[in-house]
Amino acid sequence: MLGSGIIKGLAETGRNFVGSYFDPERMTTVEYPEQRLAPKENTRQFPFLVFDGEAALAGLRCVACQICEKECPPQCIYIEKSREKKPDHLGKPQFHPAIFDIDISVCMSCQICVEVCPFDAIKMDTEFELSTSDRFGGLLMHKDLLARPNSHFLKVHPTDAGVIDARRAEERARLEAKARLDSEAKAKEAPPAA
Amino acid sequence: MSPMIYFLSGVTLASAVAAMTLRNPVHCALALVVTFTGLAGIYLGLGAQFLGLAQVVVYVGAVAILLLFVLLVTRSGEAGDGDRERDRVAERSWWGWLIALLVGAVLAVGAWSAGQLPQRAAPPELPGVRDIGEALMTDFAMPLQVVGLLLTAAMIGGAIIALREDRMRVAAEREGRR
Amino acid sequence: MFQAIDQIFVNLLRGFLGHLPEPIRPWAGLVISLGAILGTFGLLFGLTTVCERKAIARMQNRLGPNRVGPYGFLQFIADGIKSLTKEDIVPRSADKVVHFIAPLALLVPVVLTYLVLPFGRNMVVLDLDAGLLFYFAAGASTELAVFMAGWSSRNKYSLLGAMRAIAQMLSYELPFILSTIGVVMVTGSLSTVRIVEAQGPGDGWLAHWNVFTPWGFAAFFLFLIAAFAEANRSPFDLPEGESEIVAGYFLEYSGFKFALFFMAEYLGMFSSSALAVTLFLGGWTAPVSFLGFVPSWLWFFLKLGVLMALFIWVRGTTPRLRMDQLMDFAWKFMLPLALFLIPVVVLWDRVGRGWVGWVLCGPIVAAAYVWLGRALVGRRRIQLRTYRYASG
Ligand code: SF4
Ligand code: SF4
Repeated sequence: MLGSGIIKGLAETGRNFVGSYFDPERMTTVEYPEQRLAPKENTRQFPFLVFDGEAALAGLRCVACQICEKECPPQCIYIEKSREKKPDHLGKPQFHPAIFDIDISVCMSCQICVEVCPFDAIKMDTEFELSTSDRFGGLLMHKDLLARPNSHFLKVHPTDAGVIDARRAEERARLEAKARLDSEAKAKEAPPAA
Repeated sequence: MSPMIYFLSGVTLASAVAAMTLRNPVHCALALVVTFTGLAGIYLGLGAQFLGLAQVVVYVGAVAILLLFVLLVTRSGEAGDGDRERDRVAERSWWGWLIALLVGAVLAVGAWSAGQLPQRAAPPELPGVRDIGEALMTDFAMPLQVVGLLLTAAMIGGAIIALREDRMRVAAEREGRR
Repeated sequence: MFQAIDQIFVNLLRGFLGHLPEPIRPWAGLVISLGAILGTFGLLFGLTTVCERKAIARMQNRLGPNRVGPYGFLQFIADGIKSLTKEDIVPRSADKVVHFIAPLALLVPVVLTYLVLPFGRNMVVLDLDAGLLFYFAAGASTELAVFMAGWSSRNKYSLLGAMRAIAQMLSYELPFILSTIGVVMVTGSLSTVRIVEAQGPGDGWLAHWNVFTPWGFAAFFLFLIAAFAEANRSPFDLPEGESEIVAGYFLEYSGFKFALFFMAEYLGMFSSSALAVTLFLGGWTAPVSFLGFVPSWLWFFLKLGVLMALFIWVRGTTPRLRMDQLMDFAWKFMLPLALFLIPVVVLWDRVGRGWVGWVLCGPIVAAAYVWLGRALVGRRRIQLRTYRYASG
């Protein structure tokens, strides 16, 4: 009959209305600034540069290969290579970025820079409160602002960071083993030569 | 009360002049609305509550809207290419003058003869809504019915005309498509 | 004591006017009453917007505004300040004069409708003989303002919105007015004050509210539905359907003028609910005589509040109608039912208004409702739609 539908509808909204006061299960809203959801591991907001050790700028893993700069779809990364090289964690001499800027207002959080980086130097942060009162300078992040210690990476993406750390440790161990073997071999070869 | 009446008459006349002279037809219609409202105000000021309010309901609420709808549906609403049309209207304006003259004459005769009638004592109280209703339902029941019938017939006729045009157009389009 | 509280506003006004010179008294009374009405209903407007947002949020299991002031109830002040300080933009191609007048032309008639509403015992600004007619006359002029707003903006969406709004208001004005005729017939007066007085408890203990009669019950709901449509509220909010025409006729208004439109819409809703209270829910009268000690104006605002809650509840429930459904409902259901109620009122009046009337009139009204409802929705089959232009 005409009108039965609207009565059913009114009953439904009425139930919701009353229920929302008595049944906390219904209310899924999290009141943000005061309450926060626990961070999710796979969240991605904005990239940061990983550094090892204590000194932020000295320990950057980035070797300024500029792959990420080329790949970034909205072209929001700007890199300038350093002139001199310095050894990386494997002792190989590498360049490092003299300038590394990301424009936060252009970045679209696509994570492509992270995907393409061969050195695990750039990762996505979960930090999302990035607003600033200065819409010109404040939106361009320089490398000192982008740098985060590896411990931070471990904190926000424990799984990823664990795998990467293990791999890097393995690489270094292999290198050290090789160096040891090499030196032993050298030592073996040396006496006859001497 | 009389300064109010003069003020309202001024507004009514001014807006009536505006309704005739403004270039944009929608503005003319809106000015006409002011005329209607002013007239209603005069009726109210004279103590004719029912007439004044009915004037607003019928003319401002319905006739003006109808007018505006017609304007919008039948033409662009701009007074752009109106010059030639204006000339054409100007050629025939004597018709308008003639009608205005006739209506004015009738009104003048009416006003003059009203003065000639034997003066009756003014009713102690102005007829209220109730009296009008009673008169309409008793003495004037027949005329009321006739007017109602006429309006209904006109409305049905209008609907039928609109319907037939619509059907014919649809049929013609079907033909054309085949 | 009770009487003093009941008449407190009346006596305050009278006492104040006593200090003024004689000739300006009526005008001063009018101005003060208008100011009081605007103040009261302005505040009510603000509170209603907050309550509405909160209630609808709860119906959707959200929280709603809860930041400004206690429980978010001062939100409307923040909103008001925001809209007052916003830039007032007039489109370059708009018809400046008409564009400027339109919000005023909408607000003034709406405010005028309040003049004939009795808010309590002796609390009416103009006790006109033709009060109800005055209400409808003022209400009829709002359509014009809607047209002015839509047309002067020079925007297709505005014009479409205005056309929709006018078509809707014209269609629903008929049942809106026709549903009140029964009340006028039974009372024998168009004066809102007389109508309320006729619904009072009189000598007995139970009030004779019009809604407690078979025809009055039906007419009350017809009136309410038509009031929903007149106020452009959901489910009749086609004129401002966001998904199709952005915001309808007030699309090109910003800042203060937009606030005026918004306010006029709510004030219109209040006034039509207040009229529903006056005509069907006994105005300021108490439902039973032993509750007569509660001040009359409190009764009035209580009833108004209940109706507002209903408005909000329906808005939180219903989706928007389609244009043809809207028109079908007005012309094929509400209009015939409203017309049908008129002879029923005569019957009710003739057979005496007791249980005999109920036995006779109740089934007739119910049968008419069921039959018209069937005719409207019952035989609907899903057909292949034929398009005039799109097919072929
Ligand atoms: S972040 Fe990675 S990809 Fe980008 S320049 Fe540095 S090392 Fe290369
Ligand atoms: S996340 Fe995407 S858009 Fe942002 S810097 Fe990396 S590649 Fe560019």
